[in-house]
Parts: sequence; C-alpha cells; structure tokens
Amino acid sequence: MTIGESGLTLIFVATAFLCMIATAKAVDMPFAFHAALAAAASIASVFVILNRYYERGALPLPEINGRPNYNLGPIKFASFMAMFWGIAGFTVGLLIACQLAWPALNFDLPWTSFGRLRPLHTSAVIFAFGGNVLLGTSFYVVQKTSRVRLAGDLAPWFVVVGYNFFILLAGTGYLLGVTQAKEYAEPEWYTDLWLTIVWVTYLMVFLMTLVKRKEPHIFVANWFYLAFIVTIAVLHLGNNPAVPVSIFGSKSYIVWGGVQDAMFQWWYGHNAVGFFLTAGFLAIMYYFIPKRAERPIYSYRLSIIHFWALIFLYIWAGPHHLHYTALPDWAQTLGMTFSIMLWMPSWGGMINGLMTLSGAWDKLRTDPVLRMLVVSVAFYGMSTFEGPMMAIKVVNSLSHYTDWTIGHVHSGALGWVGFVSFGALYCMVPWIWDRKGLYSLKLVNWHFWIATIGIVLYISAMWVSGILQGLMWRAYTPLGFLEYSFIETVEAMHPFYIIRAAGGGLFLMGALIMAFNLWMTVRAGEAEVHSPAALQPAE
Amino acid sequence: MRNPNMSFWTRHQVFEKNSMILIVGILAVIAIGGLVEITPLFYLKSTIEAVDGIRPYTPLELAGRNIYLREGCYLCHSQMIRPLRDEVERYGHFSLAAESMYDHPFQWGSKRTGPDLARVGAKYSDDWHVTHLTNPRAIVPQSVMPGYSFLATTELDPETLPDHLRTLRIVGVPYTDDQIANAVADLKAQVDPDSPGADAFAKRYPKAVARNFDGKPGAPTELDALIAYLQMLGTLVDFKLYNEKANLR
Repeated sequence: MTIGESGLTLIFVATAFLCMIATAKAVDMPFAFHAALAAAASIASVFVILNRYYERGALPLPEINGRPNYNLGPIKFASFMAMFWGIAGFTVGLLIACQLAWPALNFDLPWTSFGRLRPLHTSAVIFAFGGNVLLGTSFYVVQKTSRVRLAGDLAPWFVVVGYNFFILLAGTGYLLGVTQAKEYAEPEWYTDLWLTIVWVTYLMVFLMTLVKRKEPHIFVANWFYLAFIVTIAVLHLGNNPAVPVSIFGSKSYIVWGGVQDAMFQWWYGHNAVGFFLTAGFLAIMYYFIPKRAERPIYSYRLSIIHFWALIFLYIWAGPHHLHYTALPDWAQTLGMTFSIMLWMPSWGGMINGLMTLSGAWDKLRTDPVLRMLVVSVAFYGMSTFEGPMMAIKVVNSLSHYTDWTIGHVHSGALGWVGFVSFGALYCMVPWIWDRKGLYSLKLVNWHFWIATIGIVLYISAMWVSGILQGLMWRAYTPLGFLEYSFIETVEAMHPFYIIRAAGGGLFLMGALIMAFNLWMTVRAGEAEVHSPAALQPAE
Repeated sequence: MRNPNMSFWTRHQVFEKNSMILIVGILAVIAIGGLVEITPLFYLKSTIEAVDGIRPYTPLELAGRNIYLREGCYLCHSQMIRPLRDEVERYGHFSLAAESMYDHPFQWGSKRTGPDLARVGAKYSDDWHVTHLTNPRAIVPQSVMPGYSFLATTELDPETLPDHLRTLRIVGVPYTDDQIANAVADLKAQVDPDSPGADAFAKRYPKAVARNFDGKPGAPTELDALIAYLQMLGTLVDFKLYNEKANLR
C-alpha cells in the first residue's frame, strides 16, 4: 500500500468516527443529516480505496513507451458531473423563473419557496456546473500542455469527488434552510471548511503537475487556471470567517458586520465573477479555441498584458455593487473607476480569442462546436462592455436592484460561461473517451441555435423589464408625486417574466440535446484508430 | 541593435518558466486592490458615524432575523435606501452605516423583486403582516411573494438563544452578561407585555416594543419572531433628533 492509500484510509476511518459522534450530538436536524451523510461518505471512501488497492496491481506508470500516461479518470468523472449539475441547475432556474411569473408554484412549502431555491440555482450553475467544467478541463489542459501525468495518485480523485460532495452538502443545506445568507457564499461554516481542504488539494495537484512539466514554458491557459485557483482560495478565506454557535450545529455568525461585511462580500462576489467565471473560462478559451481552429493564439504579447492587467484590475471592482449605499464614497469611486478600466483587458482577451480565428474563419460554417466557442467570446465581449457601463454611478442608480442586473449576469453566464463550457465539453469528451468524433454534429447545430434563441429571449426580456422598472420607480407626476406604487411596477414585469422563462426553457432544451449527444458519443461512438506506431513499440 | 535580453518580453519569461514565481506574482498583484479598499474601513472613523438609538437586537428580533436569513428574504428585498429623491420619498430617510453595524451578516441585498425593507418597521399593522406572510395575495393581489403559512404553526426553540448572543458578542456585538443570561426570559417577555418579566426586559432593551405580534395566545411562534424583527427595522434612529452635521469632520 502506498503512503497515500494508507494515510487516506486512516483519515477517512477517523472522519467516519467523528462524524458519527457529531450525528449523535447534533443540535439541529440539518446538521445531523449532514454529519450522517459525511460518515456514510467516509465509510464508502474507505471501501473504495481498499477495493482499488486489491484490484489495481501495480500503480499506473507515469509514461508508456516514452509518451506520458495521462490520468483521464478524474476528468471523465468531472465531465459527467458537469453535465448532470448543468441540467439540474438549469431546471431549477427555469422553475424559479416560472415562480416569479406564477407565484402559486412556490407551493408555500419551506423547501420549494423561491428564497431557498434561488441559491440552489446559482450554486448549481456556477459552482457545480462551472466548477466541474473547470476541474475537468484544468486537469486535462495542465497534463497536455506540460506533457506529464497529473501529480498524485489518489489526490486528483479526492479533488473531484470531494468537490462534488461539497456541492451535495451545500445544495441539500439550502433546501433545509442552512445558509449564511451571503450571496454566492451561502454554505455554512463546516461546508466552507470542507471546501477549503478540497481546494488546497486542488492547488497542490495543479501546481505539482506544473512543477514536474516537460515543457520549458508554462502555457498561457495555465496562468489563468493558476490565478483562478489561488484567488478563489484567498476570496473564500477572506469572506467566510465565522464563529459557529455550537460545533455540533449548523448555525454560525460571520465575523464581519455591516459596512465591512458588505465590502468583503462584494470583494468576494465580484471576484467570484472575475476569477471563477472569467479567469478560469479564459483559460478554457486559450486552450480549446486554438486547438479546435488549428491556429496559434493570435498574440502572445497581448496575452501577457491582458493577463496581468485583468487580474490586477478585477480585484478593485467589487464596490460597484454598493453604489449610493452606506459604503464610504471614496470606496465607491475606486470601484467605479477600476470597473471602467477593466473594459480594456477584458476586450484584450476577446480580441485574442477572436483573432485566433484569422485564416480559419471558414470553419465557422462547417464546425458548430467552433461556432459555439467563438460566439461565447462574442458574448464575453458584450457583457464586459455592459458591465463597466453599469458600474458608472448614474447608470447604476437606474439599473441597480432591477432585472437589468439579472439580464447582464445571464448574458455572461449563458452566453459566455455556458457556451465556452459546452464547446470545451464537445471537444474534450471524444478526446478523453478515445472517440473519433462526436455522435452527431447536426445535434450540436440544433443545440447552438436553440440555446442562442433562448439567450436572446432571456436577456432582451430582462433589459426591457429592468429599464422599465427602474424608470417607473423614479417617475413623477406633473404635480410632483411618485407616479407608481411599488406593486404597479411588479405587475408590469409579468409578461417579461414569461418571456424570460421561455428563454430559459429553450436553453435547458439545448442542454438536454447535448447530454444525449455526449451520452451517445461515449456509448456508441466509433473508437479512435491509433497509428500502429503508438500501439506497437519498435524494439 | 537593442540587446534582446533587455526586452520586457524576455524578462517576463521568469514568470513563464517558474511556477513558484508565477504564483507569488499573482498573489502580489491581487493583494493590492483588496488591501487598499478594505483595510481603511476598519480604522477610518468616518466609516460608521456615531448615532443615538442604535442597539443590538432583542432575542426575539434576533430569532426573527435568523428566519429572515433562513428563508432567503434578502434575495428579493433590499435593506438599503439610497440617497435618491424617489427612494427617500418612497421608503424614508436614506440608510446610515450605523443602522447595520450589528448585522452579522449585513442584509443590504442586491435586488428588489419586492420593495426595500430598511424602514418597513411600524409601517403596517401586525395584523397586516400576519395575513400578508401567510398568504400575500390575500392582501396584495398582484404580489409574487411566496406564502409562509408554516411560520404560524412552528414554535420557536428559545433554549439555544444564550449561545447565539454569546457568539455574537465574540464577533463584536456588545451584549451584556445580563442580556445573555436572560435571553430566554426576554424572548418570552417580549411577546407577553403583561408578564412579570416585561419590566426587566424593557430595562435591558430600552424602547424595544413588546406585544403579542402574531395575535395568538400560547408559546411564541416563528411568525411572532419574524414580525417582531420586521416591525423594528429602521425604527431605532429618531430622525427628528438626528443631526446630520454632527459627524462632519
């Protein structure tokens, strides 16, 4: 047995024991449920590790016939989970969109009401879908561009499985009312601690793979992955310090309060966008677009400038979520200024991505996967123009608190993050399962158009409803009275909420087509024919 | 000709070839913005002005606030009135930093699917809240808010409250030993103003309102707690006495 296997077995035995004690001593039901879940998962892990030890024979070699023996298992797992959580997250999104149009769908039960399902939707799409895409692609890209097998034996598995267990704890917690009530940082203290352990392991696996690389240069995509992993760790630790009321209970109180908590929250919140949803997915762009277009990255120098400028400027942008609030004015002004400057490096990334197509634009006609990737970069350019504009204080006084923000987020989330993820999965699934190609390019085409129409319906409905509501709130009669009561502005939203739900429905339909396509690719796809040289080593 | 070794692009290779130097570079670059924007908030006195009337939540209000957090009310209701003409006329005086200084976490919110609640306290009757929380469309037909009928039938469990107050004291809310020790009694006294504990409660939390919020006899429910919280929101500062120039520096 390796040190890793025996050590991890002992740790899981101890964890199972501790979690059983925690289950027995729990002061509230959700905590007991989560502790029992963790005990069961620990015991299952012990069995899986022991079973693998008895069945595995020798450890996998780092190289076979002078070629790196890439570790693809954890990537397959993450890809599968990404598709699973994607569909789950889009479905919950569709449900809560319908709840806003038809409130009877809340059913007036605690675990089906909008307030509990909304964090489930945001976490499922950002952290579960997006997170698994990032884990899978980062493990793939770092191996391929470093030309070595992933560092660690059990560690990569610990990262992907442990991360999905974090999602399970967070998601079931929301339904049971376990929340810190901080947007995008809702998981409670023990779930946060677990994520910290998983995330540090992720950083170690990624970094150690880079350290033992066979290429002299670290590939551009890996700079972005590294910035994403490191910064998310810093943000998570900065935003979440909390004191639990009881170590056997789920409730905690966050250390920060009032103004300082607001600043910490949006420093975290905006950089979850900046580093989770931007830097990480830019890394995907920098690997998958050149690969798919079979063209080199347009400008290496632009990627250097764009990288450092982007990560330096993004961190400052948080206070634009707090314009005209009780946050001191100087901080608001800094946030606005840096948000506007951020437009430039964002478009640097867009230009680098789009111009990579130079000389290969004709492929957009024949390859729907490349088209999806390129359109995602176009959406990235659009929402990174819209964002700085909305960060200007006068614009923000109209847009803040309205659906315009929701529309902006979704043009980035569906158009940019969604499409670049779909494109990457369409590329990667045949590669890692050793298939000649996708089951059907025609279905990719259908997915592309259905989802694109869905996005257009979604964001235009939210633009209209957001600007309409913002204008209604500040409308005055000629006599100087407020023209509309609040509820009249709610009533005016109804048709747009229905259009938005229709857009979301189309987006979900596209994802279902994709899941079928990928499933058939893995199940029934034609195996890649290797050149004989790769199979039979020359003696 | 320029020496190629002196070029910026060549020098940048130190980051491209050393993962450890790259990671240190990333950490240094991302640290600056956060440090400049966040640290001064902890020592600049002008961040939170001193205002009369601000006090920590009573045990009942705190329990209500925790229900507000649990149900995710912050996802549709803000608690932050901006100093814009229409907002001040619609909701009341703009929010002061001091008004959320004991909020762990803050609940300023980011979306108004429903109206701002920063000054909803004392705006409607308890009866209105009971009906509205149980079935919003019974009182506001166009409302899209979920109904929370289960709050009225769920009894509060006050036994852990002293631990909650003690934890809040650790993170900086100035609860006294007296307030912590009597948390359970204070919770019961606030829903029963005729009880013997009511005077002691009023002494520990001056000006806090004590009454039977859900209008029903029996043990305090989650509905009592949530309404007690909603009815105190934004009422702590008396803006007839508030001097906005007092804190100018």
